Amino acid sequence: MRFVDEYRDAGQARALAAQMAALCRPGRAYKLMEVCGGHTHTIYKHGLEDYLPDAVTLIHGPGCPVCVIPMGRLDDAIHIAEQPDVIMTSFGDMMRVPGGRGSFLDAKARGADIRMVYSPLDALKIARQNPRKRVVFMAIGFETTAPSTAMTVLRAETEGIHNFSVFCNHVTIIPAIKAILDSPDLHLDGFIGPGHVSAVIGCRPYEFIAHTYGKPLVVTGFEPLDVLRAVYQILTQLAEGRSQVENQYARVVPWNGNAKALNVISRVMELRPYFEWRGLGSISHSALKMTEKYAAYDAERIFQIPGVRVADPKACQCGEVLKGVLKPWECKVFGTACTPETPIGTCMVSSEGACAAYYNFGRFSRERVKEATRR
Amino acid sequence: MCLGIPGEIAEILSDPPELAMVDVSGVRRAINIGLLEDEDLAPGDWVLIHVGFALSKIDEVEAAAALDFLKSIGEPYEDEIAALRESTIEQG
Repeated sequence: MRFVDEYRDAGQARALAAQMAALCRPGRAYKLMEVCGGHTHTIYKHGLEDYLPDAVTLIHGPGCPVCVIPMGRLDDAIHIAEQPDVIMTSFGDMMRVPGGRGSFLDAKARGADIRMVYSPLDALKIARQNPRKRVVFMAIGFETTAPSTAMTVLRAETEGIHNFSVFCNHVTIIPAIKAILDSPDLHLDGFIGPGHVSAVIGCRPYEFIAHTYGKPLVVTGFEPLDVLRAVYQILTQLAEGRSQVENQYARVVPWNGNAKALNVISRVMELRPYFEWRGLGSISHSALKMTEKYAAYDAERIFQIPGVRVADPKACQCGEVLKGVLKPWECKVFGTACTPETPIGTCMVSSEGACAAYYNFGRFSRERVKEATRR
Repeated sequence: MCLGIPGEIAEILSDPPELAMVDVSGVRRAINIGLLEDEDLAPGDWVLIHVGFALSKIDEVEAAAALDFLKSIGEPYEDEIAALRESTIEQG
């Protein structure tokens, strides 16, 4: 019998800390990126940086789907919501995200019918119950949520529901990682691979990171020891001069992913030539759109969207935070003008955003202490 | 949205297809299990649920660990459970 404590044991964490320290070559700095916002959360919540050798820095990656939606796309969604007879549906995480013309909540206050749903199937149910309305689902998320959107469209097709459509903003994780690897700003030594995205895509798509770029990647879970073990495995690979993809989360992630989930995505969606990411800019083949066959369920084809690119507020440095160039607390407005209550940027809105996680848990972590000491 | 919530299968429904009743932290709700059709799910099995769809089959210890993690993050998890409580996808 295994116990939850197995993932929490402070003794094991300290033992790992000693082993990690022994793996670091004197004088070398190690920069590792955790791609997923869930990991960022674990790191701050449990103060994991305190267990890491001083030579190791964790960089927070772009793996928060709410954070990477550019303001222009949100404005497009609000434009759709304001058309006659439209009911816009969205996950709760999106409601407070500021666009160029305010958030969904602001648009709702102006009279648009915007409803929070837990699942795209709830949106489909609203369509079923309101045959005279045009119900649109604001689809966001990486490969963890794309299969659910695809399954819902297939369900709508089977049931013959024609007043349901999807405003597709699904993004794919691999091109984002590749963009970061190709960015001249950052020199990373390895990656902590996302957990639940990998349950869908498996571990194979990461192999180019190990083979072409020569960087280790370890897929792991969300328990504190999961994250520390991933760092340990990355440092071990670096010490031995290896770069491989390793799966530290086999209890949830199959090496080949979920074939059914990948299949339904490819039946309903295809890659866009390019997509604008907040902070990372335009990345080719990095997002999904509805295929021609499902044009009748594609809000982008049904409604004329403005499609205007909107620049982020000047004060906001979410872009640098998403790329890992800035730590959340290095942003000029962090914790002053920008807080979870009055967010300026997306990283402070979503609970998985690096800024919100840091604001909620990390304010007195060692980085602050270091900064204070430098002064 | 990104949080995978562990649930225990209580009953596999035959109509409408692909649905199962699950217990999630004391809430019983219908979820879609169509993405795990190869797993032959049965009552007593645990799954990780994303936005109303079971995405991975897990064991009981992993379920407890996942639940522990979710509780540790507090408010976002409570929001997610509240949203799940409102979700009634089984009723046409």
